Amino acid sequence: MQTASDEVLIARIAGGDRLAMQVLYARHHVRVYRFILRLTRNEATAEDLISEVFLEIWRSAAKFEGRSQVTTWMLSIARFKALSQLRKRSEEELDEGMAEQIKDHADDPEVSLAKKDKGALLRECLNALSAEHREVIDLVYYHEKSVEEVAGIVGIPAATVKTRMFYARKKLSELLKEQGVDRGWP
Amino acid sequence: MNATKHANEEQAQAPDEIESLLPWHAAGTLSRREAERVEEALARDPELARRYDLVREELGETIHLNETLGAPSARALDQLMRQIDAEPKRAPRTLNLAARISEFFASLSPRTLALSAAAAAVAIVLQAGLITSVVLNQPTAGHYQTASAPVAVQAPGAHALIRFAPTASAADITKFLSSHKLGIVAGPMAGGLYRLRIADASLPQAERDKLIKTLQADKIVGFIAAAK
Repeated sequence: MQTASDEVLIARIAGGDRLAMQVLYARHHVRVYRFILRLTRNEATAEDLISEVFLEIWRSAAKFEGRSQVTTWMLSIARFKALSQLRKRSEEELDEGMAEQIKDHADDPEVSLAKKDKGALLRECLNALSAEHREVIDLVYYHEKSVEEVAGIVGIPAATVKTRMFYARKKLSELLKEQGVDRGWP
Repeated sequence: MNATKHANEEQAQAPDEIESLLPWHAAGTLSRREAERVEEALARDPELARRYDLVREELGETIHLNETLGAPSARALDQLMRQIDAEPKRAPRTLNLAARISEFFASLSPRTLALSAAAAAVAIVLQAGLITSVVLNQPTAGHYQTASAPVAVQAPGAHALIRFAPTASAADITKFLSSHKLGIVAGPMAGGLYRLRIADASLPQAERDKLIKTLQADKIVGFIAAAK
C-alpha cells in the first residue's frame, strides 16, 4: 500500500481537497495536540486550538514552499496559536502554580523517593519545567526535531537552541535533586 | 570584576560542543558526520558515556510523559470540518513540479519501480557499449567518408539481430553475452534491436542456425534472428 507524502497532501489541500485534509489530520493531530497541551496545560484549550491550527493549515497550504518539513511547519503554527492563547494569561503565574503543585506533592525528598519510582519523579520534574524548557525538551525528544528545525520553530539561532536545551536539562537535574535524586550532573 | 567572575562561571558551566549534541544523538536526528563524532567521543570518554545514559533516560521519560497525554476528541475534527465547509470554495489547483514528481513515484508499485530501475540500468549499459563501439570504430586519420555511404560493420564474422526481453536486467545481459562469447557490434536500432557478433565467419550455416536456436531459448531473449 502506498501513502502520499505530507508535501503531496499539502499540495492537494491547497487545491481544496477535504479528504487530503482529513488524511493529514489523522496522521498528525495527536502529536500536534500534545505539543499544544504541554504548552497550555489545558485540555479544553488544546482541543480548541487543534482545530484552529489545522484550519490555518487549510488556509495557508498554498503558501507552503517546502523549505521545511510539513511537521516543522505545523508545529510552528501550533506554537504561535498556543503562545497567543497564553498571552491572555500570565505564563509566570502558570509556571509558579506548577512549581507549587510539585512542592505540595512532595512530603520530603526521602519520602517522595520512596513513594515513587525514579521514572515517575523524572516525569513530574519534566512537568515542572518552565514553558520555554518544556518546549525545547519536547521538540528534541518527542517530536524528533533537529537543532535547525527547533531553531526554525522557536525562532532562535541554532547555538541558542543547544544552550537552551543544556539549561533545560540542568534545571531538570536540579529539580530531581530537590526530590532526592542526585544524578551526579551537572 | 563581579561581572567577569560571573561570565567565567557561566563559561565553566557551558557544555562543550560534543556534550551539547547528546540529546540529538539520542533522538537520532544528527547528521551522519556529527553522529560519528559523538560516537567516537563516547567511546573514549567514560564520563561522557555516563552523561549520555542520563540523556537516554530523559528521552524515554519524555516520550512516556507525552504518550500518556491522550488525544483530542472527535469533536475537534467535526469542528474543523464545519469551519472548512464555511470557507470560500477554491478553484482546483495543479500540483507544482516537485509534488507531481513525488506523487508519481509514490503511485508506483515496488515491482514497477524495480522493473523501471532494471530497464534504466540496461539502457545505461547499452548506451555505454554503443559509445565505446563508436569511439573504437572512429576512422583513422587519412581516410575519408561520404555522408551517404554506409559504414561497413567493423566486426567480421557471423551476426544476428537481437531484442532483449523488457524484464532483462543489466546483470542478466552481461552474463548472457559473456557465457555465449557474444559481442554487441551495433545498436540500438529501430525496434530496440542490436547487432550481435555470434561466431567466426568460418562457422558452417547449420552450426549458426543451431546456435541461434540455443540463444533463442534463453529467457532474456525477446527476439533473435541471423543477420548478414
